[in-house]
Amino acid sequence: MDSVNNLPVLVVIIPLLSAILTPIIGRIIRSAGWYMTVVATFTVFMMALSLLFSVLDGGAISYSLGGWEPPWGIEYVVDYISGFVMVVVSLLAFIVAVYARRSVELEIAEDKASFFYAAYLLFLTGLMGMTITGDMFNLYVFVEITSLAVYALIAMGKRREALIASFNYLILGTIAGTFILIGVGYLYMATGTLNMADLRRLLPALYNTTLVRTAFAFFTVGLSLKLALFPFHIWLPNAYTQAPSVVSAFVAATATKVGAYVLMRIMFNVFTVRFNMEVIPVTSILLALSSLAIIAGSVIAISQTNIKRMLAYSSIGQIGYIVFGVAIANDTAVTGSIVHIFNHALMKGSLFMVVGAVVYRTGIEDIAGLKGMGKKMPFTMAAFTIGALSMIGVPLTVGFVSKWYLILGALEAHMWYLVPVVLISSLLTAVYFWRVVESIYFHHTDGEESIHCVSSMNEAPAIMTIPAFLLAFFCILFGIAAFLPVSVASTAAKMLLGVV
Amino acid sequence: MIELVAGKYNYWIYIVLMMIGFYAMIAKENLIKKVIGINIFQAAVFLFYVSMAKVTGGTAPIEWHEAHVYDNPLPHALMLTGIVVSVSTTAVALALIIRIYGAYGTMEEDRILEINEGRDMGDTL
Repeated sequence: MDSVNNLPVLVVIIPLLSAILTPIIGRIIRSAGWYMTVVATFTVFMMALSLLFSVLDGGAISYSLGGWEPPWGIEYVVDYISGFVMVVVSLLAFIVAVYARRSVELEIAEDKASFFYAAYLLFLTGLMGMTITGDMFNLYVFVEITSLAVYALIAMGKRREALIASFNYLILGTIAGTFILIGVGYLYMATGTLNMADLRRLLPALYNTTLVRTAFAFFTVGLSLKLALFPFHIWLPNAYTQAPSVVSAFVAATATKVGAYVLMRIMFNVFTVRFNMEVIPVTSILLALSSLAIIAGSVIAISQTNIKRMLAYSSIGQIGYIVFGVAIANDTAVTGSIVHIFNHALMKGSLFMVVGAVVYRTGIEDIAGLKGMGKKMPFTMAAFTIGALSMIGVPLTVGFVSKWYLILGALEAHMWYLVPVVLISSLLTAVYFWRVVESIYFHHTDGEESIHCVSSMNEAPAIMTIPAFLLAFFCILFGIAAFLPVSVASTAAKMLLGVV
Repeated sequence: MIELVAGKYNYWIYIVLMMIGFYAMIAKENLIKKVIGINIFQAAVFLFYVSMAKVTGGTAPIEWHEAHVYDNPLPHALMLTGIVVSVSTTAVALALIIRIYGAYGTMEEDRILEINEGRDMGDTL
């Protein structure tokens, strides 16, 4: 019974302890790292699920660390939205961890594998902490844990460009982190508290002070850098392209989403909708930036030749969608954003895992090199096609659900002029994914090439294809049974916006 | 005016230091100088936190019969954590620079970009 009450802290502590133990045990048993990671991520996923269910049953859970009552001690809060995001993050962490084994064997030196898994678990620790914490300074610490783990993970890429990509991200990530720290300092100076719920109570009286407005500006810029909102996205394409396949899949599916979640928390839960719309017109600024991100991400993706880089630019567009819904700031649009956190994690996770499987079998990262791959790796390519259809937003896939809610939200807010942004971007998405799907299925290998390649089936190992396929299956399952995530997301949105 | 400059000199120092660090992080080509920039930037924020904790006439928060006013110890405690984060970031950055130097033979960013562009690496937008 006691351990059930301590679940909120265990979802952070279990990956943290496993991260410390993994390299130690990995020294004795070489292959232990993978097993420990799978077990740890699965445990965390189950705990996150049970936390979400207990929130659905009995409302939000507040946990005081070390028995210190909030607002003096650090508080962990599990409510609809943090429970939901934790389930998404830990689900992806588990599925990618299962997938990781063969890919890591190929891409990471054997003696470094256990350190790789340690960094992977540290990264999960940071993400879970960012999601669950109700304390501003604690948030900063978890942001930095996440960032440090990601720098290490990206730097493990095969090519030397990975080192530069990692270093550039380190510079920008540190600027982002320190901006958040400055914002926390200003809020503490204004109110004398670090607890989010307490801040929400104390801040409205101070909305007109420069100090509080400056604090908000620092948060917005810092978090925009972290979640790679256009034009703060410069670090992302190189980082995603150069990182090992496993890292691309995991980071693309989770890191920026958690950043978006923190943005929602600070915009709607620490500050209020009124502040965002009336005191500083931040929603209009974010609306403009996210519309630009949606279009620019898709346009730049069209011209890419490297498939990982194409997916990275497409991520920038998809992050645009999440911020777009946040910026419209009514409950339908925010529902769309929250659902899109889940949906995009499924789609991008699946797509990057497929690319990782192709790299594992053939070493090809160029779109042109995928010719005739539909015959060689039919299952993997089927997963890719489902992911691509979902990204375009074809009905019966998850991509359709989130776009539907975003468009409905825009119409409810009487911003009909935003609807074309979503529609044009879907069209552009169709263009750049069609290019890939076309070369997979409709280009026959030329005579010259067929001498080199065996045209018979040459699937990636099952341990890689099954996780990718599972996520692709979820894309359809939750596209049809959309009410499951949407019902949680809409309650979460209403609570965030204070409608209920 | 004098009140604004002299009365709040600690915040001016914080702003100036922060801008120096920020400039170095963005504008310097040498990677080590960028890391020094990170350190100045973060140290400036630590100074800001510490000076925010000062209470006029306050002493260290230790029980002492002559003291009536104590400085706020919480920002000090927060900055201990902040320093740990800063040290870790520096360590990771320096470790990366060692690997970069090993792979490229240089620590100048413009030189590294030239080497990268020499081998077709797509665009770097």
